[in-house]
Amino acid sequence: MQGHSHYVPTSGIGKWMDSRLPVPRLVYDSFIAYPVPKNLNYFYTFGAILSFMLIAQIITGVVLAMHYTAHVDLAFNSIEKMMRDVNYGWMLRYLHANGASMFFVAVYVHMFRGLYYGSYKAPREVLWILGVIIYLLMMATAFLGYVLPWGQMSLWGAVVITNLFSAIPLVGPTVVEFLWGGYSVDNPTLNRFFSLHYLLPFMIAGVVVLHVWALHVTGQNNPTGVEVKDVKKDTVPFTPYATIKDAVGLIFFLILFMWFVFFQPTYLGHAVNFVPADPLVTPPHIVPEWYFLPFYAILRAITFDINLIIFTIPSKLGGVLAMFAAIAVLAFLPWLDTSKVKSTAYRPMHKQFFWAFVVVCLILGWLGSKPAEYPYTVLSLIFTGLYFAYFLVVLPLLGLFETPRKLPASIADAVLAKVRKGGAPVTAGAAAAPQTKG
Amino acid sequence: MASVQHSEGDRRDFLYLATGATAAIGVGAAIWPFISQLAPDAGTIAAGAPVEIDLAAIPDGGQIKILWRGKPYFVRNRTEAEIKAAVDVDVATLRDPQPDSARVLQGRAKWLIIAANCTHLGCVPLGNQGDYGGWFCPCHGSHFDTSGRIRKGPAPTNLPVPQYTFVNDTRIRITGAAAAV
Repeated sequence: MQGHSHYVPTSGIGKWMDSRLPVPRLVYDSFIAYPVPKNLNYFYTFGAILSFMLIAQIITGVVLAMHYTAHVDLAFNSIEKMMRDVNYGWMLRYLHANGASMFFVAVYVHMFRGLYYGSYKAPREVLWILGVIIYLLMMATAFLGYVLPWGQMSLWGAVVITNLFSAIPLVGPTVVEFLWGGYSVDNPTLNRFFSLHYLLPFMIAGVVVLHVWALHVTGQNNPTGVEVKDVKKDTVPFTPYATIKDAVGLIFFLILFMWFVFFQPTYLGHAVNFVPADPLVTPPHIVPEWYFLPFYAILRAITFDINLIIFTIPSKLGGVLAMFAAIAVLAFLPWLDTSKVKSTAYRPMHKQFFWAFVVVCLILGWLGSKPAEYPYTVLSLIFTGLYFAYFLVVLPLLGLFETPRKLPASIADAVLAKVRKGGAPVTAGAAAAPQTKG
Repeated sequence: MASVQHSEGDRRDFLYLATGATAAIGVGAAIWPFISQLAPDAGTIAAGAPVEIDLAAIPDGGQIKILWRGKPYFVRNRTEAEIKAAVDVDVATLRDPQPDSARVLQGRAKWLIIAANCTHLGCVPLGNQGDYGGWFCPCHGSHFDTSGRIRKGPAPTNLPVPQYTFVNDTRIRITGAAAAV
């Protein structure tokens, strides 16, 4: 897809630079002339939205760090001072806190988009796995960040999550002590969490570079799942077409983001985190932020020891393994899905299973927010089973039994067929050669 | 230089291996301080020295929570009925089989001293609640009996008993951490 470069430096400085460090050429080839399939819909703007959110989180985060004190006696008050005394501190903090939530909104849309259009299939396996790694780093960053205000939910969230590692056989307790830097979640823990919370976003940025690189090697997938055959007919240049579409998507996304920041800034948080951390009192109901709820439900679903004849997995380790497996299974998706057809638009059976899977994830999220009681525990187990069944049973078998619909010969054919069917008043010239309109 | 083949390796092979091994040890030695610094520091260890607790103020059936090494511990003055309930259980039916006598000091069965972090994921269970009259963990629903043993729910083991001794009839000294969590 990358083809050879068409960049022609015009100015003297441009020519001088191009033969020394061709950054303008890289930008031109990657974000201006880069060909994108002409049928990309708004679900494809979330990559750009996510890039924006990463930069926004880094900028607001760096600024907040100027006012934050990572010490158990001072952290909570430094945040309250930030909210009251620092100029626009309230806004910067709400941008950062709600920004984390919006980051996950965007990443979930982005991931389900990938699932729906089969964007993980050959030749985009590495691209997809890099995405899974970014998602893992995002989860770690969000968790570390949530601990920093040192409220009740911060502390107890940290206690619950760090104790997950004590389930590791033999070395578990030592690992946990090394995570804590003490005998409990305490000041050393808060300090290292702050340090790592500052580090990880830059690691995410690094993997994002690889993610975009891999994307630009294979080229983008598209709603038909048919690869680009003729760059002239099937694609349009990134600028202005994708740039403007991404900008429109971003504006609507920002409207939602700003609505939260200015009208419902604490809606996505927990009231109990406005109580300073107290290691003697557990909040009555520990729940993670909404974006972790499905995995939290899976963690709590395993309440029994798993007897594997040769050895027994204790319930705690079982829950931890199930939770990590729920994320790890995503990395194997390119090989679990046996269907040759990428886009679900041409897979009538998968379309139903896909939406069923979305519903399963939503219900798991709801279960994660409920107390660990009957009937939620039993339901969590059932829906955990359904979650894994989608990856381990449905996707491998569906490729063998499903009869896909006929694929269009090319992206251009699909676009033209849609125009004819819809009868939209598009002139033939515009549909055939939109790039000339620039 | 014509190469001479030695089936058991020559001086060059030895030098490669020796250099490689030295480099590996050097890298390991350079990394170790970065791992080691994660461990509890000397101040943290010193702050975790043994602590004494006065029992005189705890009434029959009462319980206090103390903080040691940043973690809570329950000190419960058990009633006769609670002790009986704990002793009468068939140990073989327990997930983490332990008789009540193994969880208290001999002749001091009234006093139960246990770590107050649930062995599941570390929440502090609530006293006098749950199906067995001991503790109930609100986070993930573990039930503990009046001996602090796990009876129902996800916690894998009993609430552990720390190392402690009686200084006199109304004073204990906690000297060592409970194992695990």
